[in-house]
Amino acid sequence: MFRLEARTSTPAWFNLALPLLAIGATLILCSGLIALAGAGVVEAYGVMFSASLGDSYAITETLVRAAPMIFTGLAVAVAFRAKFWNIGAEGQLLAGAVASCAVGAIPMPGPLAMLLMALAGAAAGAAVALIPATLRVKFRVDDVVSSLLLNSVFFYALMALIEGPWKDSFSGYPISPPIEDTANFPVLLEGTRLHLGVVAALVAAPVIWFVVARTTLGFRIRVTGENPEAARYGGINVERVLISTALLSGALAGLAGVGEVGGVHFQVMSDISPGYGYSGIVVAMLARLNPLGVVPAAIFLAAVMTGAEAMSRATGVPAFLSDVIQGTALLAMLAALLFTAYRIRRVGATK
Amino acid sequence: MSVVLEQIFQVGFLAAIIRIATPLAFATLGEMFSERAGVLNLGIEGIMLLSAMTGFTAASLSGSLWLGVLAAVLTGALMGAVHALFTVALGLSQHVCGIGVTLFSSGLAYFLYRLIFGQQSVPPNIKGFETLPIPILSDIPVLGPAVFNQFSLVYMAMLAIPLAAFVLYRTPWGLAVRMVGENPRAADSAGVSVIATRFQAVILGGALMGLAGAFLSMAQFNAFTFGVVSGRGWVAIALVVFGRWDPWRSAGAALLFAFVDALQLRMQASGLGHIPYEAFLMLPFIFTIVAMAVMSRNAVAPSALLKPFRREER
Repeated sequence: MFRLEARTSTPAWFNLALPLLAIGATLILCSGLIALAGAGVVEAYGVMFSASLGDSYAITETLVRAAPMIFTGLAVAVAFRAKFWNIGAEGQLLAGAVASCAVGAIPMPGPLAMLLMALAGAAAGAAVALIPATLRVKFRVDDVVSSLLLNSVFFYALMALIEGPWKDSFSGYPISPPIEDTANFPVLLEGTRLHLGVVAALVAAPVIWFVVARTTLGFRIRVTGENPEAARYGGINVERVLISTALLSGALAGLAGVGEVGGVHFQVMSDISPGYGYSGIVVAMLARLNPLGVVPAAIFLAAVMTGAEAMSRATGVPAFLSDVIQGTALLAMLAALLFTAYRIRRVGATK
Repeated sequence: MSVVLEQIFQVGFLAAIIRIATPLAFATLGEMFSERAGVLNLGIEGIMLLSAMTGFTAASLSGSLWLGVLAAVLTGALMGAVHALFTVALGLSQHVCGIGVTLFSSGLAYFLYRLIFGQQSVPPNIKGFETLPIPILSDIPVLGPAVFNQFSLVYMAMLAIPLAAFVLYRTPWGLAVRMVGENPRAADSAGVSVIATRFQAVILGGALMGLAGAFLSMAQFNAFTFGVVSGRGWVAIALVVFGRWDPWRSAGAALLFAFVDALQLRMQASGLGHIPYEAFLMLPFIFTIVAMAVMSRNAVAPSALLKPFRREER
């Protein structure tokens, strides 16, 4: 006989095993779609892998794609740790992109411009995240819905800008004027798109890990998330922790937008983010909300995205497979989390 | 101002409001049933998109629009069941599951559409629903041609609103839905199966979201494009809150939003717009967020919303 019983703790190897299990299940499930499209499963995944991680240029492209998702993944991970349900990383990213684009268009020395772009983008993202946090703390408004709805508000705000005052008067296209050339993030490897913002993302992950794991703020974030009553009893001002978490989370999501403006697009357009804010939720869940885990999780999703385009060209399987993989991975990861709550135990046949 | 008033009382304008409101009414009622049972369904955006795709495909391949509607409804119900499986049966966090369902459904919609129809410069279209004038009623001046010369799916939406109110407030099942959304523990003690009721409500909700998708691809646009839903699911999430989880108020909210949307379309078309049209599109979201802050004092949201039910936890 087998019985499900509640688990009180989970072994550390679960943090690695569960995401791998979820990704494995995802790739198996999605192979059905590849077969449906009439292509070889091994071939399709093979092309996907070699085009995203097979050579050094491919790896740089994947890293460029991973950078915004590292930032949004960190943003979501930090927020979810405190049980501040920030579904609004997308809107915070857009605000960060707009703010950094505005700053980057002002002529000034390059390093200063980049620094100010980052500060403005982070501040804009933080300001947006402050809205649902304040509403929750002051008015007990549900943060899931308010942060989600703000994504639409900031999407339309961005559209109003690029179809209004920022519209390219020469071409008539809804794209903002480019930032100054001097404000373009330097490319670190000749012949690639690997820019300074990618390194910033890779550095941000251990920094945020340190903040969450080793600082007083991190301790407060974790306690507030795990047991707000105990936190309050222990003298922690839970409301202030939620606000601080929101500021940190929003700033990180804003930086995702900064990197896209400074390092990839050099301007703002309607599709500056193909849903990186929502992908951040997938990344954070795959990482089990661990900031260090965010990096491999973001690289996995980025590899799927870059690899899918090459796979589509080679095998004819629609590149939208990457979107399906993303959604399936999130659901599979959620299902895998059941192993943290329950264990299957063999019990003797008892009457 | 008089220009605006003249616009409002034009038949075409009134008819446009009704048409814009129809998919929102279906989606809003669907989300409302789900939330009244205690399950937030953020999968709505993706469910509408996937249903719009399957409905369009079924109609296009079979030549029967009603077969398309059936396919869309079944798709919505199926995805509702998936969401319920994760959130109700397994008790996983509703918001993250919902985002997962949206990402999965929209990805699948794009993938299957591209697989079936390939990449074409002009998206394939179908001959969608035609308006069906209701005898006598459609002869009423102004109101008649605007309200009673519509697609059959529009009439279905008009009937769905009182029907939803009746089911929710006047039937034993509706009572069960409200109980499991307000106080699942008490419902369980009273012999109501919390799990089964929530499953049913989320599946019914999904089916209604499917109807919304069907309307978009088979009556409004007569084609499936990647932007066919473009945030209408999120609008429905807002309208449910704005309509205080009540069928009548939610439908009224849908109508109000449709009015604002139709107005901005007219202003854009007539070149009257000094205000960017995006400002209008933002309004429902901003109003809802403000309304949430104002309403929070007299908690009207279903108490058990977002809370999974596990029998053994006491």
